[in-house]
Amino acid sequence: MEAKLEYTLRIADNALILGQRLGEWCGHGPALEEDIALTNISLDLIGQARSLLTYAGELEGNGRDEDKMAFFRDAHDFRNVLLVEQKNGHFGDTIARQFLFDHFSWLFYDALLKSNDDTLRAIAEKSIKEVTYHRRHSSEWIIRLGDGTEESHSKIQESINELWAFTGEMYTPDKLDQQALADGYGVDLVQLSEYWKQNVAGVLRQATLNVPEDGWMQKGGKKGIHSEHLGYMLAEMQHIPRTYPDAQW
Amino acid sequence: MERNEAHILELLTAVKDPEIPVLNVVDMGVIRKVDLNDDHIVVTITPTYSGCPAMDVISMNVKATLKRAFGEDAEVVSQLSPAWTTDWITDEAREKLREYGIAPPEGKSHDKSQLFAEPKVIACPKCGSENTTLVSEFGSTSCKAHYKCSDCLEPFDYFKCI
Repeated sequence: MEAKLEYTLRIADNALILGQRLGEWCGHGPALEEDIALTNISLDLIGQARSLLTYAGELEGNGRDEDKMAFFRDAHDFRNVLLVEQKNGHFGDTIARQFLFDHFSWLFYDALLKSNDDTLRAIAEKSIKEVTYHRRHSSEWIIRLGDGTEESHSKIQESINELWAFTGEMYTPDKLDQQALADGYGVDLVQLSEYWKQNVAGVLRQATLNVPEDGWMQKGGKKGIHSEHLGYMLAEMQHIPRTYPDAQW
Repeated sequence: MERNEAHILELLTAVKDPEIPVLNVVDMGVIRKVDLNDDHIVVTITPTYSGCPAMDVISMNVKATLKRAFGEDAEVVSQLSPAWTTDWITDEAREKLREYGIAPPEGKSHDKSQLFAEPKVIACPKCGSENTTLVSEFGSTSCKAHYKCSDCLEPFDYFKCI
């Protein structure tokens, strides 16, 4: 796969998969306002994925549009990080996942504003405004739950601890990340990782939570090697367009 | 009918935001550009939010309006940069929003680097009281937050400043 195409798919699939995961909360939120908030965030992410997948289709040059990219690729073709495909769990698990990702996503789009690729830069310019709201929402919840009751404190700490092993993959550059940076369209993940650790630790401290120690970090998603959860999720997401490939609204 | 930019923009004021029918797409700043080619008109639009479901309807209605007026198929292209901002909403449109019951965006689009911004004082569009509280930053559509007025007790939408 051409480098810029694969790089674009990484950004696109993070947005699409997390957007789909959050969509599972529709009608199940702990309160009406949260139900609406999670699905609003889902909608923003799917919107970002639409622009990115359209661009990926153009880069690929085989005439595939956003829908073909979303619904007719298999799990091993997806390039999202493992964090975003993890199951929703309870509300705290979802918020913890969102918090860890939002802080990454904001810094990523901020750095992408300096990309030499016009389309990626335009998408970043649009998306960062949305992620600013997402990041504030998830950070406020981390503080509310962490500095809340004894039960909410211990549950959210556990969620953060559980998901911590999935954070390294986001900010640890591999060969493709290095090439994208060298070619001027990608993001410097080494610099990003320092900001990410600082910002995340800042909110966790404010929430009276412990910053987990870095241990073994899970990875694979960026290369198409996924956890067992992704396949089940894609089966649900893709089954209508695959059963009726030419279906129209 | 005259086929020039000013006239086309005037025609497009008939195209409303399907979710906020008091606003038209010109007042909102969604229409970025009108190009007149010999054989067809190209209208450039920009989405308010990446996932805004109103964009497809807006695009369809722009085409239909121009088809009715000139009998030709216009092209609608979407452009992401510069990213849409509430700063582009005209003063007249802000007043229309308030009358409709939606508090218009307050001030200029905020500094994107802020994590925990000071909550803004949003006046109730019904009674004008500034004694209001934010219920949720995510409301009935992507572009709105949910507030309530502590004086007249009405819940209301606030058009987020982005």
